[in-house]
Amino acid sequence: MITTRLIPCLDVDDGRVVKGIKFKGIRDAGDPVDLAKRYNTQNADELVFLDIGASYKSRETMLNVVEAVSREVFIPLTVGGGIRTVVDMRNALMAGADKVAICSAALANPEVLSEGAYQFGAQCVVLSIDAKREGENWYAFTHGGRKNSGREVVEWAKEAAKLGAGEILLNSIDRDGTKAGFDIELLNAVGQAVNIPVIASGGAGTLPQILEAVNAGNADAVLLASLLHYGEFTVQEIKTYLEKNGVKMRW
Amino acid sequence: MIGVIDYGAGNLRSVKKALDFLGVKNRVIDDPAQLSGIEKMLLPGVGAFQASVEQLQKKSLFDPVKVWLQEDRPFLGICLGMQVLFQDGEENPGITALGIVDGSVPRFQHERVPQIGWNKVFFTRETPLANGLGKDAYFYFLHGFYVAPKDPAVVVGETEYGIRYPSMIARGNMTAVQFHPEKSGENGLTLLKNWVAI
Repeated sequence: MITTRLIPCLDVDDGRVVKGIKFKGIRDAGDPVDLAKRYNTQNADELVFLDIGASYKSRETMLNVVEAVSREVFIPLTVGGGIRTVVDMRNALMAGADKVAICSAALANPEVLSEGAYQFGAQCVVLSIDAKREGENWYAFTHGGRKNSGREVVEWAKEAAKLGAGEILLNSIDRDGTKAGFDIELLNAVGQAVNIPVIASGGAGTLPQILEAVNAGNADAVLLASLLHYGEFTVQEIKTYLEKNGVKMRW
Repeated sequence: MIGVIDYGAGNLRSVKKALDFLGVKNRVIDDPAQLSGIEKMLLPGVGAFQASVEQLQKKSLFDPVKVWLQEDRPFLGICLGMQVLFQDGEENPGITALGIVDGSVPRFQHERVPQIGWNKVFFTRETPLANGLGKDAYFYFLHGFYVAPKDPAVVVGETEYGIRYPSMIARGNMTAVQFHPEKSGENGLTLLKNWVAI
């Protein structure tokens, strides 16, 4: 039986790991290569690197980071942030990424998902959705959560899966950095609409909240950042807790 | 010397990095001329079925790889490198792959597709590749299609994902795995080391 994945997410800006609260108020959390090694030792199931520095230089630095990590850490690596074209995807894969996450570029040009799936296989195309609730619905936001694309999240997820996305990284902007727990309604709405794996992101503050994302939210994987970076919990501690509560974990 | 076949597949570098990390001599092959002096061949995975077959043909590597397998020389196929051993895949009907093993490559029907994550391989037959790994071990999977060989005797390991399916096959000097040993932490490195040591 497949196990539920715990995925540390490293937001990287010009070679340093940072983590913002609701995408603002950025604090420094360390060297990405050191952190990647630490999480690997702790039995992390995968790692996600998101380049949040918009500059060309930050992107180059990111590829160097991935290259360095992939020489020493032999678990799956996903790279996102600033991926716009199939060429960007290839560069990330060549640097050592196993999957690429696409957010804004896919909203602007959905075909990039099918092109990527054709060239590299659907399993390495991750659609990242920054979701924000407005009234009854959630909308996909771009530009680090500042701009509403106008696309309704559930419809967007369905279309993206049809185009060739192999996985959805579903981030709740409303919950991001708040430690108020995951948006369970959002997770279920998307999870029931598509047949590809959904990674829950945004809002983790306590162990029961993570369990809730898996049990009530039916998440296939959970993305964690500040909870791990500031040493509140180790990956082992979280896995031990989840396993005790009946969630299948890999050791 | 191990030859890692480069047909433009995404995670080729990961396999090379794992071999480098283990201190194993290896060479990336993207031209048939580079095959001389190679003792073992590794065909990595990740990618799309049709694109991979086309790339192998474009680089004039399709026939040399096929001959290598027909001569039963040491071979390890990973993920898509396992699937292209079969005749054709459901992913792209009509595309003729290597046809070294009889059977089909159907798509999962019961669970979320693709399967992404860590799952157990139950070793159903003795294999030197599983030395030190016990009766079963966790590996990382990333695939939407799986192999269904006609001859059950080739199956060495099985995995459960809605159905129980072959995740490792072996025949003579050929071994192929559906999971990614180069992305499966310690277990994966152990399996690669075992294959190198045969």
